[in-house]
Amino acid sequence: MISGLHIAAKDLREEMRTKQMLNSMIVFSLLVIVIFSIAFEDIISSSNMVSMIAPGALWITFIFAGSLGLSRSFAAELENGCLEGLKLCPVERSEIYIGKVIAGIVLMFFVELVTVPIFSVLFNYPIDGLFSLMVIIVLGTIGFVVVGTLLSALTVNTRTREVLLPVLLLPLVIPVIIPSVLATARVLTGGGIVDVLQEIRLLVVYDVVFFIVAYLVFEHILQD
Amino acid sequence: MDDIILASNVSRSFGNVQALKGLDLAVRRGEFLVILGPNGAGKTTLIKILSTLSRPSGGSVMIDGMDATTDAVQIRQMIGVLSHDSYLYNDLTAEENLRFFGKMYGLADDVLERRIDELLEKVELFHRAGDRVGTLSRGMKQRLSIARALIHNPSILLLDEPYTGLDQHAAQTFEKVLLELDPSKTTRVMISHNIERSLRSCDRVVIMVRGKVVYDSPRSDIGSVEELKETYIALVDGERDA
Repeated sequence: MISGLHIAAKDLREEMRTKQMLNSMIVFSLLVIVIFSIAFEDIISSSNMVSMIAPGALWITFIFAGSLGLSRSFAAELENGCLEGLKLCPVERSEIYIGKVIAGIVLMFFVELVTVPIFSVLFNYPIDGLFSLMVIIVLGTIGFVVVGTLLSALTVNTRTREVLLPVLLLPLVIPVIIPSVLATARVLTGGGIVDVLQEIRLLVVYDVVFFIVAYLVFEHILQD
Repeated sequence: MDDIILASNVSRSFGNVQALKGLDLAVRRGEFLVILGPNGAGKTTLIKILSTLSRPSGGSVMIDGMDATTDAVQIRQMIGVLSHDSYLYNDLTAEENLRFFGKMYGLADDVLERRIDELLEKVELFHRAGDRVGTLSRGMKQRLSIARALIHNPSILLLDEPYTGLDQHAAQTFEKVLLELDPSKTTRVMISHNIERSLRSCDRVVIMVRGKVVYDSPRSDIGSVEELKETYIALVDGERDA
């Protein structure tokens, strides 16, 4: 676990220095939110209709911006053969996975932290149940990154990794997206944490199951 | 001296291509072994197997009595690898790179800081400690790469064509660092195409052709560089014709 934290710290230090992915992810997510707000301008002005599209728009933004970041998660290690250097360290391969998951989650949280307030303004949507929304976003993001990091490692040596990653990832994260969107819709229409317990349970189970599976198979994925 | 590396009947295939064909090799503790061979001889594949990056398709590899397949994590703790890739992060400084790898090898903070200073001094990069690796020249990166490979005081140093792309000064600095290593503590296995330079420092020479060891001789039994070159060419040509 300690080595995983070192890897995450290294990834985040590099990212904070260059802001290569963070800037792209934030700009991308803001663009998507702005485009949605323009496209659905009439609907946004009607308070009943907005709750039908807003949660979907929010999660589409997170998922696509997140895919951008995940595609670089392992690809960045190819420069100077760093992935080999990492594999030569005396740690279990699963530590590398944990490090990448932590770094991926932190990056996603940054993007979400910027996106949610802008979303609230552009969709004219007062966010009352902030705590509930945060719980859903955190659980949804963990599930998304847990699977995405595994697939990022799986596709890192393919020539078409930028295309292949979302193609493989999106079907696998549908069980995260559906409860996240449903729960977000309920929270945005005034529901509390009690009203979304079913979805939260689903997300927790998904996160735990996929984390364990990914942790166990990661050794084989990085094997030459 | 006992054998710190023992490869027995090692084979490795990539689809239909057999990179190693029942290779046997023993390296004694403290020895400086140089492996020569033409491209495609399986040298890099062998280094990858010895460093646990790759698994053999057949045979066994024992490193200091541990199985390279089942005890990979423990073996990695005692191995340092230097390749033509630097394994360094361009957006981190020289110092940060060494600190990261030191932590990955479990070095305590105070030991690590001392080791970083000592190694940066040794590879003549102390004045560039705070510079991003991306701004260093190829030679400087390779020198820093030596420091990275030595950060945890490895008992075995595996070097895969370390002189590739180095200028005279960088090659000399590199050679100096390599020769300064205490043979009682560090066993060195180096792949090289540079026969002259290899012969200057090694204890033993092995020539590999087509996935097999075809020549194995202590340095003391080898006459001049020219003689070794002739032997090398004869062996490579002989294997090609076979």
